[in-house]
Amino acid sequence: MSLDTTTLIAILAMAVVTYFTRIAGMFVADRLVLTGRAKAAFDAIPPAVLVAVIAPTALTTGWAEAIAAAITAVAAFRLPLLGTVAVGVIAVVVLRNVI
Amino acid sequence: MDQANPFVSTPRRDIQAGLRDIAPVAVAALPIGLLFGAIAAAKGMSPLEVSLMSALVFAGGAQFAAIETWISPAPILTLAFATLLINARHVLMGASLTPKVSMSRVQTLLAYFFLTDEAWALSERRALERPVTGAYWFAMAVVLWANWTLSSTIGAILGSFLGDPERIGADFAFTALFIGLVAGFGKSRVTLVTVAVSAGVAALVHYFIGAPWHVASGALAGIAAAYLAAPEEARS
Repeated sequence: MSLDTTTLIAILAMAVVTYFTRIAGMFVADRLVLTGRAKAAFDAIPPAVLVAVIAPTALTTGWAEAIAAAITAVAAFRLPLLGTVAVGVIAVVVLRNVI
Repeated sequence: MDQANPFVSTPRRDIQAGLRDIAPVAVAALPIGLLFGAIAAAKGMSPLEVSLMSALVFAGGAQFAAIETWISPAPILTLAFATLLINARHVLMGASLTPKVSMSRVQTLLAYFFLTDEAWALSERRALERPVTGAYWFAMAVVLWANWTLSSTIGAILGSFLGDPERIGADFAFTALFIGLVAGFGKSRVTLVTVAVSAGVAALVHYFIGAPWHVASGALAGIAAAYLAAPEEARS
């Protein structure tokens, strides 16, 4: 069992930032009422971040990954989360062998 | 939902209700935790590091994003900033839930360490009928936290025996998982515009500039696009 110092600091930094976001709402509960465009921008944060993280893998790695990503997206609207992951993984393995 | 006598709330009943509400969520999260641990191990994290991250951060989305972009040594500021962006939604969740919980200030400060999308959603639903008590909250929180920490640790231990993740397509599991998570936000016009702009900008920045800049630039572009795409409506 190893524990790298830099990794530990990174984990602690992530933990502190996350806890801050969790309790910050307590102190703005009576003031934070977002509407219209501001709310749309705030609601867009999670999908925007998630997509930005995977975009290079999905779009610019190769045809196998790009096609598998498209297949996964179609499955994502029809299957539960784990089914979606299974479809994606199987698709990429098959496509890597074919292409 | 309904209990024998809906007008009497005891800690015992609240704990039972919390356990009953969180059970299906915990079952669904179990394989996700295993997956997280396995791929974190493949990226070079030890089981101890994985369990520490799950126990202390306890935020699936941020942890998955961190592992996907993981390099050694860990880029501390980049990870902290990505975590802040992904978890910023907690602020709104906490703001909405705080008037509905019947806990003291100090209890709430402790309780919110365990704030997750799932616990929040279940509590908001319960708050429609009755206040959210500490007994209800902590029953859910402890189960979900222990479940996530244990499953990801076990995944990390098992994952180190799996070998090369690319051989079994496990390297693509993240991408597939994230696509599944994004689909959960629906396909409204604003969401589709957000996803398209974020993906395009992130891919271009990654290609021409490189990691880890694609995360922040893609995300900010997507957020800006959502702001512009949303109708400029009056106060609601």
